[in-house]
Amino acid sequence: MVHWSAEEKQLIAGIWGRVSVEECGAEALARWVQLQTCPSPARGHWGSFHLSASLPRLLIVYPWTQRFFASFGNLSSPTAIIGNPKVRAHGKKVLTSFGEAIKNLDNLKGTYSKLSELHCEKLHVDPENFRLLGDILVIVLAAHFTKDFTPACQATWQKLVGVVAHALARKYH
Amino acid sequence: MLTAEDKKLIQQTWAKLGGAEEEIGAEALWRMFHSYPPTKTYFPHFDLSQGSDQIRGHGKKVVAALTNAIKNMDNLSQALSELSNLHAYNLRVDPPRFSLQFLSQCLQVTLATRLGKDYSPEVHSAVDKFMSAVASVLAEKYR
Repeated sequence: MVHWSAEEKQLIAGIWGRVSVEECGAEALARWVQLQTCPSPARGHWGSFHLSASLPRLLIVYPWTQRFFASFGNLSSPTAIIGNPKVRAHGKKVLTSFGEAIKNLDNLKGTYSKLSELHCEKLHVDPENFRLLGDILVIVLAAHFTKDFTPACQATWQKLVGVVAHALARKYH
Repeated sequence: MLTAEDKKLIQQTWAKLGGAEEEIGAEALWRMFHSYPPTKTYFPHFDLSQGSDQIRGHGKKVVAALTNAIKNMDNLSQALSELSNLHAYNLRVDPPRFSLQFLSQCLQVTLATRLGKDYSPEVHSAVDKFMSAVASVLAEKYR
């Protein structure tokens, strides 16, 4: 079992708490529930800095990962990928799952057991991709929180994404 | 493969750092030592405390080398030839670590904290590709 110090838990909760609030915002939340998406055209570039844009960013920075999303439609350019509704929806799923992990830091293996089997048996995803997504998530957080994303914060989050990647790979056979 | 657009984005991004090169190098190294403690094994002779002169000095060297590489993106092999020899024959940093993934990640986090939303997916992609290319050249002579 992974050990998390009090400081690490605090650094995780602190960042995640701010992400959850900024993700949707109180007023947008109702619309989100209705529209199944997190709207904010007024924030312009905000779209790419939305945390669930980690998934589109994975598809842009490491284009070979698009192989897992062949049925998602238009992935022909960064703009197409970022605007693709299926990609956005899936990005939200991934983010929600991450939120679950954060609530269950002391039982990541259990939390990800079924998902691990799914990624191996049905989705056939090479676990290396979990590490790539984790690193991207850290960079997105850095760009979002700028100087607040201190070296201590980064170290804790690199540990978290590493542990999540490991838990997701655990049931592979 | 670095496209013309990638090269332009990298040059523009690097130009935005104007003067902060030494700090960025030092910060990237510090982040790397903090997030990936095994990387410290290559610096037993260094004072690795935060803000140490040696970390600052080495950070400055690393960024200077990258700046030189950016000026010579069309011929990285030649531009980085001496460093390639150094890393292969002398330093012998373990090649998987040496895919520079840890330094690349920490340099990118450092850049992202300074550039915020300007660290767009396109810039991120270009920088990641560039760091991969640099790592390949530096590892060319390992065997």
